[in-house]
Amino acid sequence: MTSLILPAVLSGLTMGAIYALVALGLTLIYGVLHIINFAHGSLLMLALYAAYFLSFHGGLDPYLAIPILLPVFFCLGYVLQRWVIAPMSSGSEQNVLLVTLALSMIIDNLALYFWTSNTRSVDIPYAYNTVEFLGAYLPLGRVIAFLAALAAAPLLWLFMTRTRTGSAIRAVAIEKRGAEIVGIDVNHTYAVCFGIGAACVALAACLLLPTFYVTPQVGYTFVLVAFTTVVLGGMGSLPGALIAGLLLGVIESLCGLFLGESLGQIGIFTAFILILLFKPSGLLGRRAA
Amino acid sequence: MKPQSMGQAVLIGLALIYLASLYFMSSPVWMGFTINALIVAVVALAWNITGGFGGMASFGHAAMYGTGAYASAILQVQYGINPWIAFGAGIVAGAAMGAFIGALAFRYGLKGSYFALVTLAFAEVLRICASSFAITGGGSGLQLRLEPGLSTLQFNDRSVVYTILLVIVALVMALTAWLKYSRFGAYLIAVRENEDAARALGIDTYRIKVKAMAISGAFAGLAGVLYLQVWLFIDSAVVYGSAISIEALIGPIIGGAGTVWGPLIGTLGLHLLGEGAKHLLHNAPGLNFVLYAVVLICALRFLPQGLMGLAARIGTFRKKEDDNA
Repeated sequence: MTSLILPAVLSGLTMGAIYALVALGLTLIYGVLHIINFAHGSLLMLALYAAYFLSFHGGLDPYLAIPILLPVFFCLGYVLQRWVIAPMSSGSEQNVLLVTLALSMIIDNLALYFWTSNTRSVDIPYAYNTVEFLGAYLPLGRVIAFLAALAAAPLLWLFMTRTRTGSAIRAVAIEKRGAEIVGIDVNHTYAVCFGIGAACVALAACLLLPTFYVTPQVGYTFVLVAFTTVVLGGMGSLPGALIAGLLLGVIESLCGLFLGESLGQIGIFTAFILILLFKPSGLLGRRAA
Repeated sequence: MKPQSMGQAVLIGLALIYLASLYFMSSPVWMGFTINALIVAVVALAWNITGGFGGMASFGHAAMYGTGAYASAILQVQYGINPWIAFGAGIVAGAAMGAFIGALAFRYGLKGSYFALVTLAFAEVLRICASSFAITGGGSGLQLRLEPGLSTLQFNDRSVVYTILLVIVALVMALTAWLKYSRFGAYLIAVRENEDAARALGIDTYRIKVKAMAISGAFAGLAGVLYLQVWLFIDSAVVYGSAISIEALIGPIIGGAGTVWGPLIGTLGLHLLGEGAKHLLHNAPGLNFVLYAVVLICALRFLPQGLMGLAARIGTFRKKEDDNA
């Protein structure tokens, strides 16, 4: 059994990197807009389908789809926040939650209608070439995803701390009215933030597709894990989301190892409930709930 | 419970006419469809206690609904307990689950989005557990033996089932009305409007909220048991799935959260709309949920008080104070 633990931890880390990437977008949206985006998983599902169709019909490698899907999803996120979520929720926190829930229902069920519930995956043989590391054999696709996610997080952090747009986003997050007074377009900044969140999801989808599958329901699974990651990391904390994502990947992998595959996710949700109850401010969060 | 305006009287009248007309239509399809809608209406009424009066929007009422259904099914199938006792046990189990989730969540001061997420997580944990353990029948679910009769609470005649459901929905609504105008209801609404002020006035807000979760859980558990007794089969995706949690909150929000008639009217209206769309679009799977979602978004934007709130503004009866029915 002990010889299985290290490979399980390593494989958990590679999945955890994807969780972290999905959660980075979600935590950014929470940190700035103070809203919980229920449609985040549905956007991931859409991005997975987009990458799938580009690969299936266009013969485009999912990794090469990244430069196409990243801007497309940024625009999609921008439009959704600026012209759908913001006007429809009239500013109340509970309404935002419900509007994004409704959006996810629309996206998921339309996907079910148009693309049926068949499980689809792309055939990229090299993604399953194994890489040996510390005695564990990991699929190449997962290793690439792990490294790319680890690279994306500091890039996002640099963007937030070093660019003017990043400063504007942080200003709006801290003091909305103050930011408005010094001339920052708050609605635009909110939408940019949502766009970046959607772009993170597109990146995660392109990295995930070679070693995963896509169904219309896949978003729901991921959105719950992403919530857990965001809460565990501390709502709005980027480094927190990265650490929490990796941690949850390991927890899921170990629960799967010890309790059986079908109970793997129990660990994640139990962790979620425990964190929400005992430490809602998360690992690196500044404020309590 | 009485209508406060012409508009509300018409809305309630339409719902009653529809429900009564089923006795004369003798259409098993409509009967089955409305039976389903009434079961969902009971969950919607359950959600309304916490989400409507208490302002605590749960995203996981499936946790209590499924617990009621599974408690009753396990007692009947695995232990051969009398269905009447199992029926009561299901309600108690739902209430206990509600109180448990509430006690944990409120002890740590969770509210708003955090409360919504923790309820969702509980439902999800229960769903995975129910699909993994032997006592709950695992992935294949639990099936009651078909034994129609009063002692087994199974009825072949759909119109009998329908009548029983109507009586139960009426009872739950009467209880809701009673709660609303009781001291407890006033406390609960005070908690929704301003929890700090309520506490400052000496209300034990924690106890009130947990009590509301227990009552809501009992109603949701009742709905779960009703589902089991009507369809004789449950599995984890059906009773612990997110669909029922979502339906539980959409009906009251569209009908009017915090009103007595709102959850029933919202649920009936949505189901009729969904059914109509299914016929127009040739049974396309999932499209009724797309429609629900669109209606939900529109309701949030344009009908903040739901249909009952809208109707209250049409032809208001003369009255000293205006509060919704």
